[in-house]
Parts: sequence; structure tokens; C-alpha cells
Amino acid sequence: MRLTLDIWRQKNGADAGRFETYSVEANEHQSFLEMLDVLNQDLIGQGKEPVAFDSDCREGICGMCGFLVNGVPHGPENNTTICQTHMRHFHDGQRLRLEPWRAAAFPVLRDLVVDRTAFDRIIQAGGYVSVRTGSAVDSNAMLVQKNAADRAMTAAACIGCGACVAACPNAAAALFTGAKITQLGLLPQGQPERIDRALNMVAQYGKEGFGHCTLIGECEAVCPAKIKLEVIARMNGDFVKAVFSKRAEESAGGAG
Amino acid sequence: MSVATKTISAAPPSPSRLGILWGSAIGKKFLMALTGILLSLFVLGHLLGNLQLYFGKDSTGAWLINNYAKFLHNNVPLLWGTRLVMGVSVLVHAIAGIQLYLAKQSARPIPYHEKQSVNSTLPSRTMIWSGVLIGGFVVYHLLHLTVGSAHPDFVPLDVMHNVSTGLRGIAAVVYLISMVALGFHLRHGLYSLFSSLGAGNPAISKNVFNYAAVVATLIALANISFPLAVLAGLVRG
Repeated sequence: MRLTLDIWRQKNGADAGRFETYSVEANEHQSFLEMLDVLNQDLIGQGKEPVAFDSDCREGICGMCGFLVNGVPHGPENNTTICQTHMRHFHDGQRLRLEPWRAAAFPVLRDLVVDRTAFDRIIQAGGYVSVRTGSAVDSNAMLVQKNAADRAMTAAACIGCGACVAACPNAAAALFTGAKITQLGLLPQGQPERIDRALNMVAQYGKEGFGHCTLIGECEAVCPAKIKLEVIARMNGDFVKAVFSKRAEESAGGAG
Repeated sequence: MSVATKTISAAPPSPSRLGILWGSAIGKKFLMALTGILLSLFVLGHLLGNLQLYFGKDSTGAWLINNYAKFLHNNVPLLWGTRLVMGVSVLVHAIAGIQLYLAKQSARPIPYHEKQSVNSTLPSRTMIWSGVLIGGFVVYHLLHLTVGSAHPDFVPLDVMHNVSTGLRGIAAVVYLISMVALGFHLRHGLYSLFSSLGAGNPAISKNVFNYAAVVATLIALANISFPLAVLAGLVRG
């Protein structure tokens, strides 16, 4: 099948960027990124600059890839990364527009590649648990309800690709931040830092310049890890509870 | 003997808990959900009271809706207590909503060339505009049927007369459009407020999503029935 691609080309953060049109011969067995590999081989053969796009595992589990195809993050197949989207979902003669994630917190580095270190800083702000070192704890010494374990693992499926931010009209990172807060907050190991986690991650979220959540649900529809909107409610609840339960620093320490 | 003095500079006061709430998007949404509940309860109470338009007259020949108006106006704590709570709620709800809307403009400075909506409802994407419309309508509605300055022939406390002469022509159109906006706003607000308050159990949120649509539609239709009843000649003062 022959496809026409309108691809966003941008040399660097200072470049204004523009769409450029390419034609490529694809077959239905290729993945979307393999189709782009073929295009890039053509471009290199013609002495042109290949299209920059992120990818790593190409199995849909690492969270590196992602851009919009015809206005939908990760393309027309919902709940699938673009690397796991195959060309059989497209037809001969189709025109596709490839556009990078757009958010103030995700500046474009080059073509379809954006800088997602804002997510890393949100994780650094509270996406961790502190554990005692020393001899290993007995396995299963800490009991976890099946229901809580299931929901924590479902939230932990988040691969941090950024499609939720890309899909949101407010460029909110609520689904991402909510997933991380939910994943740790549902487990006993996550309890000691639960208050600080909610306060610090939400504060960092704000500093990074992401917008607010209005629960329209666009993020849930495109999320390749099928993260549910419930994680946003948990983030909201944890944050509000944290605001009301946080004690002043000087009274928290005590005399020891 | 000299005494050494040391000035202990006080640490900057940490913001109050309410200040932290107001300073964060999640906190603002929390306050919007709380005020949204109060405003929704008022909408419901207001509607139930207004349904007395359809109940006719009492044994003395007075319109029941007019008796209701007199009851409210004679009950000063109830009347002004409600007005105070509603006024504060509208201010908090509207200021928070407009501030969040303005703040989000900077979250995506370069818009998409092409963007599709995959999953969201139209009411959920237009909350700010249905909200602005309702805000403007409330001002008009107060001038029209409470103060009376926007009414061609206003008689204080004669609700039946004011409604049956007032909800005509362009005013009826304004009421119809505004009540559709109210239905839109409630359709998403009654659902999303649960998440803003931290309640998002997936087992019930699907039901909440559906019930919100039903309740919003019923409230909008019941409100729309008033101008339609006047236009159809069913309500005559």
C-alpha cells in the first residue's frame, strides 16, 4: 500500500518547525515504526535527514515511542502503543498526519521526539518507598489484600509514555501522576510516605506546567496501559487528605 | 555590661490549609465540587418549588406558587441565609473555574494542527462555556424575576403574573438556551464532582456517569417546561 505522510519536522527547540509531505510504500505486516524505518532508509538513500522518532523495545512495554497519527495519540488503535500498531489498520492511498506530543512541559527536541524529563522529576518528588536495609524480610510477611494488590498492579502498568498528556485538551498529567500515587498508596509499603508523596508529587506536577484535570476521559481512551480514571480520584483524595492531615514541621519531630 | 541581642527572624508563615487548597489545581477542583454540590441542591430545590406553578389555587383562590413566594419572603433567615450561601458558592465556583481555565492556556502554548476527541462527551469539553452562560443567565434571571427591572410588567410577589407575562418572546428563548446549558453543565458536573472529592471506585463510577446523565436531563427538561407551558398558554396568571 502507498501512503502519504505529513510529518512534523523540527531541527531543535529553537526551530519553528513545519509539516513536510512524504510518500512511502508499506505492507500490512509492518508495524508503524517499521514503516517509518523504511521511509528513513529511503531518505538516507536520497541524502536527506531521516525523521527522528523515539523507540526502544517496540513491544509496547517501555513507553519510549509515541506521537499523534491523524490527531490521536498512538494512532487509531485505542489502548495500544504506536510501535504495536500494525499497518493492516491502514489502507492504500491513506493520508496520515504525524505530530509530536504538544505540551509546555514536553518541549519538542527534534521532529517527533519530545523531552519527557518532567515525568522523571514528578517521580523523583515522591514516586518511591523507603525500605530498611539489612537482612531480607520473610516473604509474604506483609499481607496485602487481593483487591488492593490487583488495583495497585493495574496502576503500576503505566509505562510513562505521555499519551495521557498529549490527549488531554489541558495537557494535564493527572492520569500519569495518579497512577504512580495509586500504585504506591494502595500497598502497605507505600503508607509511611503517603502524605508527603501526594503533596510533593502534586506540587512538582504544578511546577512542570501541566494543566488541570476535568475528567473528560480522553486520556483513559488512548492509554496503552489501560490506566483507569479511578487513579485520578485517588490522587485527588490523597492530596486533599494530605492537606488536612499534614502537621507543621516543628511539631512532627517531637523530642525524640 | 552589655547585653548581646539577637534578632530572630521568623520563618515565613506557611500557607494555611485553605491557602494550600486554593493554590493547587486539585484543591480548587475540590472546592468547586463542594460548591457545585450546594449549587446543585439549590437548583433542585428551586425547581421543586417552581413546580407549584402547575398546582393551581388553594381554597381561598390564591395561587399556590404565590403563597410559596410569600412564605419564603416572610422567612428572612431562610431567604437571606440561602442567598448568602449561594452568593459565596457562585463566587468560589466561578473564580476557581475561570482561573483554572486561564491557567491551562499556558499548558499547551502550541496547539495541535489536528486533534480528535476519542472518548469525551460534548458537555465535558464545554464546561467553561456552559458555566459562563449559566452565570450570565443568573444575573438576567435575578433582574427579570427577583428584582423585576428586566421585566416589562413586574408585580412583587405575584409570581404567577410575572412568570406568565415574562416568559415570552426573546426572554423565553434565553430561558430555553440557558436551561440546555444547565443540563450540559450538570451532566458532567454531577459525575466529575465525585472524582474531585476523591471518590472514584470504578465499580460505581460507571453508574454515576449514567445517573448524572439522567438527573441532568430530568432537571433541564423540567425547567424547560416552564417557558414552554407559558408559550402554550397552559400557565395563565
